[in-house]
Amino acid sequence: MTGFNDIINRLTPDIVSFKIEASSTADVKRALAKSKPSVEDAYALFSHAALPFLEEMAERSRAITLKRFGRTIILYAPIYLSNYCINECAYCGFAVHREITRKLLTIDEAVAQAEYLSAEGIRHFLLVTGEAPRQCGLGLIGKVVKAVRQKAASVSVEIFPCGLKGYNNLIQAGVDGLTLYQETYDKDLYKKLHPSGPKQNFVRRLTAIEKGGHAGFRSLGIGFLLGLAPFRTDALYLALHCDCLSRSFPQSRLAISFPRLLPVSEGLQVLHNVSDVDLVQMIAAMRLLFPDAEIVISTRESAKLRDHLLPLGITRISAGSRTSPGGYGGACIDAESGQFETEDRRQISEVAEAVRKAGYDVVTKDFDPAFMDIGS
Amino acid sequence: MSKANNDPLIIAGEEFSSRIFVGTGKFSSPKIMAEAILASGTQMVTAALRRVDISDPSDSILSALDLSKYKLLPNTSGARNAQEALRLARLARAVGGFNWIKLEVTPEPNSLLPDPVETYEAAKVLIKEGFIVLPYMNADPILARKLEDIGCVTVMPLAAPIGTSRGLKTKDQLAMIIEQSSVPVVVDAGLGLPSHAAESMEMGADAVLVNTAIAIADDPIAMANAFKLGVEAGRKAFLAGPARESPVARASSPLTGFLRDDE
Repeated sequence: MTGFNDIINRLTPDIVSFKIEASSTADVKRALAKSKPSVEDAYALFSHAALPFLEEMAERSRAITLKRFGRTIILYAPIYLSNYCINECAYCGFAVHREITRKLLTIDEAVAQAEYLSAEGIRHFLLVTGEAPRQCGLGLIGKVVKAVRQKAASVSVEIFPCGLKGYNNLIQAGVDGLTLYQETYDKDLYKKLHPSGPKQNFVRRLTAIEKGGHAGFRSLGIGFLLGLAPFRTDALYLALHCDCLSRSFPQSRLAISFPRLLPVSEGLQVLHNVSDVDLVQMIAAMRLLFPDAEIVISTRESAKLRDHLLPLGITRISAGSRTSPGGYGGACIDAESGQFETEDRRQISEVAEAVRKAGYDVVTKDFDPAFMDIGS
Repeated sequence: MSKANNDPLIIAGEEFSSRIFVGTGKFSSPKIMAEAILASGTQMVTAALRRVDISDPSDSILSALDLSKYKLLPNTSGARNAQEALRLARLARAVGGFNWIKLEVTPEPNSLLPDPVETYEAAKVLIKEGFIVLPYMNADPILARKLEDIGCVTVMPLAAPIGTSRGLKTKDQLAMIIEQSSVPVVVDAGLGLPSHAAESMEMGADAVLVNTAIAIADDPIAMANAFKLGVEAGRKAFLAGPARESPVARASSPLTGFLRDDE
């Protein structure tokens, strides 16, 4: 089986960028004439040449999403377990060199966070940690999963890259989804932005999601951090990555996210701006290319933009997110200890109301632990 | 169930006067779902165990339905193999007391096509455990016969992949299944228009199941009613004995007319 690293090694950002920029109006029309564009059409769909077709792409994205997912939006929320981290990501509030209050939730505190969210109507949890095996390793994460899954319909993780055995253990504990963003597919830029810590290793991160696929996670979530590399290039790599994963792991559903870089104080600023137009183009193109993938928009985007994006192909949104450990229920350690500051600061109930107002049912349960043969 | 007409659908000894089953997914709100289901005239409503919380009476889908009007048929949508489907079915029985189960085993989320091997294996175990099993399946006459032989109370072949609204793409195989089956044949998945439902019934299907086409219509309540009428029209046409299509015109008897020339 060809891994994505083999593909990316043959395809430098210069080549990708050249092919995107070489796309013509005729290429876009050819892509849009197909009932389902192929991944080769991604070059045209992410190009400048596609901009005049944005409304048509958005309309098709909406129609495909309606057919596949109906008039529903799933709500989820992150639970930050720890902000300890040994990495030095230039853009991240948890980076090792940053002087913030570090906190690791106890299992009881994590359960309290889950109880808070569950009472607010959220039962799809995304457990998030920095990379700090000494403070928050797989053993502890597994225990937290077992403790919070009683309150959950679904538990996903967004944690450091693991091996097959580690992922198997997480599934056994009750995790059904894995999220792992590559940040950027540009290896040189990646190296500059991750100067120390295990995250320096581009390939380790890139291949981990494939290990997750082998382990059998039901959902594989990928994306890149918008604002690092030129977005068209990274979006094209993302499409190729999705194609590779969906061919290799047809039993797992893809979840595509578009996390936007929100600079933290004294951290890296946006290197390449991504406009709302750019975001809409990416969402619509991804939907045309991957009709069955979840498309996720987090509270990194403003309330106004999120409300407008809902009908364009989105299937899952976070709500009421707090990005520091213990952030729910007024227990936030301090304002500077989050991974980033969210843009959509509405309460969960306000987000749910906005979803309903847009004509979508709020889904709080789209999985059941009974699917899994999980240990006690 | 009601014996309101003299052409009941009988499944596992239970009578249904309506021949449309409706799914509960993809609606814009529980209220519209409930109104659409009412407008469809259905007596059999299916709900995904992954979506509903059967232990919670306040579950948004379950609490919106007047369950005195419908038989609630839990389904195992999302199960990737027999073991997952079995766990879900057992949960439905243990927690909700449900004995009827719509068996769905769809290993690949991209196509949601049913896995024949895992479906068959799960059906065998569930029937042995006393469940009333209604299996979702591809339009495969051989599999249909095997599922019937092990005791499934219906077969539910797809017309087209779930959610595609493409109509009777498997028509020839559906006709074979309808021809051979001793249990009710419920055409499930892919029906996009009331005319697709009517055509299924005209062919002799015993019932149809519709979800997406109703749920995502601009007016789901009106569309549910349109499907009700389509199913009723198709059933009436089937019972009336439709004129058969002829592959060639029959205005006269050009080939055999000479036989009567000397009469």
